[in-house]
Amino acid sequence: MVPGEGASGYWVILASFFVACVLAVLPLGPWLAWLRPEWLLLVLTYWVIALPHRVGLVTAALAGLLMDVLEGAVLGQNVLALSLAALLARLLYQRMRVFSLAQQALTVFLIVGLHQLVCQWIQNLEGAGARSFLFLLPAVTSALLWPVVRLVLRAARRYYYVH
Amino acid sequence: MTLVALAVAALLVADLRYNRLDGSRAVLDTLLAPVFWVAGIPGAIGAWQDTHLRSRQTLLEDNAHLRRENLVLKGRQQQLASLQADNARLRSLLNSTALLRDDVLVAEVVGVAPDPVRHQLILDKGDDASVYPGQPLIDAGGLMGQVLEVSRFHARVLLITDATHSVPVQVNRNGVRAVAEGTGSLDRLEIHHVAATTDIEEGDLLVTSGLGQRFPIGYPVATVTAIERDPGQAFARITARPTAALDRARHVLLVFARNEQEAGG
Repeated sequence: MVPGEGASGYWVILASFFVACVLAVLPLGPWLAWLRPEWLLLVLTYWVIALPHRVGLVTAALAGLLMDVLEGAVLGQNVLALSLAALLARLLYQRMRVFSLAQQALTVFLIVGLHQLVCQWIQNLEGAGARSFLFLLPAVTSALLWPVVRLVLRAARRYYYVH
Repeated sequence: MTLVALAVAALLVADLRYNRLDGSRAVLDTLLAPVFWVAGIPGAIGAWQDTHLRSRQTLLEDNAHLRRENLVLKGRQQQLASLQADNARLRSLLNSTALLRDDVLVAEVVGVAPDPVRHQLILDKGDDASVYPGQPLIDAGGLMGQVLEVSRFHARVLLITDATHSVPVQVNRNGVRAVAEGTGSLDRLEIHHVAATTDIEEGDLLVTSGLGQRFPIGYPVATVTAIERDPGQAFARITARPTAALDRARHVLLVFARNEQEAGG
């Protein structure tokens, strides 16, 4: 987030995060809820890969704080999980850019899986953890939806010249 | 990264250990209200279709059904006045004076906690409707939960089936007291630490006992579905099914409990 790099299209990034937040709290049935992809993490991952000089750890931490409040989680749970995921994306962004879509989806699967594990770990500290491995399902759905998210966000980024 | 790690550690300790952040959480919650408004739009469209795009036939049927139900309820209520007076007289004989009369506020469910592990609802009434943390929540079937946090326009509710929630109950048939604990699955409560010889049967209705002074007395909570008495264990394993429609209710009632002296006999 260096201001000198041009503050173009801040609102595109903000809007994408807002839409991700809405999708993240959209009411789903009790079974569908287990499949809900980690929308915020997908959007965050895209921006970290596309614009690593603007979206990074600080953005991830702030988004995590909002997510904690939205989810009613312990404050800090998503801050930690999203920051770790952003760090990982940050380390991998040069490779991610040359990966094929399938390879990218696999990487996203790993990033989201790590995010879910960290969330689960903190929920266990609180005494409210899941009792099955169903909490890993969002990693699968997120990886499957990654191509769509990437396509939409890339179109938006190119259309509005966000760089 | 170190900075973020330190911030996370501070946040986690402050929130988990000392509950210091409830104020800032309420502020953030109020700021995030638009997210819930937008997320509620599909549901609102569904509700609009329900009210505006119904055939005359279904409306007539609904109407007839409601009339019948109303008649039945009115019939049942006829005895209520005399029973209440009776109850008040008996209570005054026993020198226990206070009777509860509860006011309710209708609220609408506008959101469900996105994390399936947490059984929380978001209601459309908040601080501006004087909702308070700890306030009980019921629906037509029975007790649903209690208010956890209140922001300006929304309230966050913890359901009785959340793994971190417990409610003091008693068996309606004979008054045996117990504690019903949430299990994290929406149709199951567990009752722990009930001696194997206690008189409790399948199908028994569990109602709030009013102990702990959080929930008012006498609201149905669950019906006992299974009892396992293992001679090797000190306690029976009892599971119950909540009577409230926890996963379906759209309109719910927030109970304002008031301690009122009722003039009887």
